[in-house]
Amino acid sequence: MDVTWYLVLSAFIFAIGVAGVISRRNPLVVLLCLELMLNAGNLALIAFSRMHGSEAGQVFALIVMVIAACEVTIGLGIIVAMYRNRLPIDIDEMSELRG
Amino acid sequence: MSATSYGWLVLAFPLAGTLIVALGWRVLPGRLPGWIATSAIFLAFVSSIGALLDLLDHSEDERQLVDTAWTYASTGNFKAGLTILVDPLSVFMCLVVSGVSFLIHLYSVAYMGGDRGYARYFAYLNFFVFSMLLLVLAGNFVILIVGWAFVGAASYLLISYWYRRTTAVAAGIKAFVINVIGDIGLVIAAFLILDNVGSLDFLPVFQNAHDHFATNDGTLVAACLLLLVGAFAKSAQLPLHTWLPDAMEGPTPVSALIHAATMVTAGVYLIARMHPLFELAPTAADVGAIIGCATLLFAGTVALVVTDLKRVIAYSTISQIGYMVMGVSFAAYGAGLFHLMTHAFFKALLFMGAGSVIGAMAGIQDMDRMGGFRRAMPFTFITFTIGAFALAGFPLFSGWFSKDEIIAFGLHRGGGYAVLAVLGYVGALLTAFYSFRMVFRVFFGDPAPEAAELERGHLAHGEPMNPTTGEPEDTDVGFPGPEHYVAERAWPMKAAMGPLALLAIVGGYLAVPGLDDVIEKFLEPTFQDSRFHDTAPTDGAEVLGLVAGGIVSIVGIGLAWVVYRRRPGTTARLVERFPRAHRFLGRKWYFDELYDSTVVRPFARFGGFGRRVIETDFVQGTIVGGATGAVRAGSSFARAIQTGYLRAYALLLLLGVAGMTLYFLLNGS
Repeated sequence: MDVTWYLVLSAFIFAIGVAGVISRRNPLVVLLCLELMLNAGNLALIAFSRMHGSEAGQVFALIVMVIAACEVTIGLGIIVAMYRNRLPIDIDEMSELRG
Repeated sequence: MSATSYGWLVLAFPLAGTLIVALGWRVLPGRLPGWIATSAIFLAFVSSIGALLDLLDHSEDERQLVDTAWTYASTGNFKAGLTILVDPLSVFMCLVVSGVSFLIHLYSVAYMGGDRGYARYFAYLNFFVFSMLLLVLAGNFVILIVGWAFVGAASYLLISYWYRRTTAVAAGIKAFVINVIGDIGLVIAAFLILDNVGSLDFLPVFQNAHDHFATNDGTLVAACLLLLVGAFAKSAQLPLHTWLPDAMEGPTPVSALIHAATMVTAGVYLIARMHPLFELAPTAADVGAIIGCATLLFAGTVALVVTDLKRVIAYSTISQIGYMVMGVSFAAYGAGLFHLMTHAFFKALLFMGAGSVIGAMAGIQDMDRMGGFRRAMPFTFITFTIGAFALAGFPLFSGWFSKDEIIAFGLHRGGGYAVLAVLGYVGALLTAFYSFRMVFRVFFGDPAPEAAELERGHLAHGEPMNPTTGEPEDTDVGFPGPEHYVAERAWPMKAAMGPLALLAIVGGYLAVPGLDDVIEKFLEPTFQDSRFHDTAPTDGAEVLGLVAGGIVSIVGIGLAWVVYRRRPGTTARLVERFPRAHRFLGRKWYFDELYDSTVVRPFARFGGFGRRVIETDFVQGTIVGGATGAVRAGSSFARAIQTGYLRAYALLLLLGVAGMTLYFLLNGS
């Protein structure tokens, strides 16, 4: 099968993730969409790895998964902490960093 | 040990005392800080005696010893080091300073006993003694200026010792500012001398002065006049005297030590030390003599009408220092320093007696409210009266010998100096009168309520009041303590006043004309290069002067007796008859008002202008405001991006990545 199909799928998933990050206001969903983007990247890595017949891309995918796991752990921790502080969690209300 | 080693010890003990008391104030219990400070000064006194004995072992030509601990600066031919000069003059000053300081420390141990800042007081007092000894032991101008400035700082700290009294703080600032005027004069004079002679060490400067300067050379006269500015500021001579009466805001032992016995005589010491320069610049010396004479008359007249007991003694101090300045300015060095010594004894004694009376009055200093303390305080009465007799120059008391030696020398030099000396007799009449004005008003007459209470065995205990403004005061740290002490009930005070009373009587016998002149002989190695070395009135002339002085003194005391005892209403009638003269004297010749309108208020206005226009409008408005405005405007775009919305950041990130991708795609193809 041509690698193009995989790349198109990966691009679609990435676009869905980007659209979610930009348009959704619930931080949980934003986090999910971030995961989507990472996995889209993984898919592209593995596709290229098969195409070139080397294992390096798969190793990269594994590393990305580990990083994603860490990121989710921390991100969920932050979200839970915020949730305890104020109930309706809306990402637009957390704009304390405004310059 | 050599004399210079003793000299270093003289400096080391008070410095050690300062450090121990200042660093250990939290752990030293009760009156221990006072005793540590007192013993430090006692050891300094013992070391001074050691230096004296060692100096006497040297032959007369070798009694000027110099020792340098280390060199500060060394460039080309110029060297400045931590140098002390141990010669008869500095040892003489060390003995007077450390001896009187020891007794005043002893007095303070009891007198300041009720104050919450006890250890702070003794740390300051020891620091003062250290500075004063540094000043008199200095072997070059650098150390002299250091000691000079330290002494001014110590004086400031001690005048403002009760730092919550607004009047005390204002007095401290006034003293410090006027002292700094003197410091500047001294520094510029040192520059002029360094520029012309090429050295700052005393002995080379004095030896080489006439190779570089002709007599009355303009530069040298300027330098000597600047030295006189320094001396006048420190010694409270006209027109820089206004700080000394205000300095009476400090505790009474401080007035006794700093503002009567030691620090204010530094100007006299300076002129005596610089005598080779002043003799090359006779014009400057004449200015010194005239100012000294004017000061002694001026201060004497003010002392006639002031009613604050401590301020009367303060004006009498100004007047007596006028005698000393006049004496050393017309080359009567031995006589001037002799008067410095006897004055230190009897003036410290008078202040201690005044402190005891003020203690009995529960802090009140106004003579109008005192009276009849003779029976209630016999010890204070006797010692105070001895001090007053010595101050008045009553025959056989110490002041009689020393004051009249100065006047006799002036008469001997003749011409204008004789006029000054005759004016000195007028001053002596005033002195005798106001001395016994104090004695008669404080100790004679009907007992004041406080005196009557003390006779019944109870020390008066009033609300603490500010003696200047009459406002009620706190007794916390920074205010006078609630307890008062009188000499009759505190043995350290008695132990300090007794020896001083004895010295006030017998101190004069160190130099009786025709019999002995220990002081002159001892000081001779310092002053032997003086061109007036062989000029001295004959013994007969001196005896004649003494007789005249004695008569003047007795007349003055008699006048005071007539005015205050025989016909008590005389002063009231005089005030009624000459209200304008009384107001003029009571306002102290309007010197404070004059300085207020010519110096203080213009400077305050200039300061106000600076604060309003320069500080607020220019610095804050233009410079600071302009800089912040520019940064604010320049960063407005960057700040606008920082919205704080996470999704906006994500969008920007995406656009950025998309832009970069597009760029590489387009460039890559």
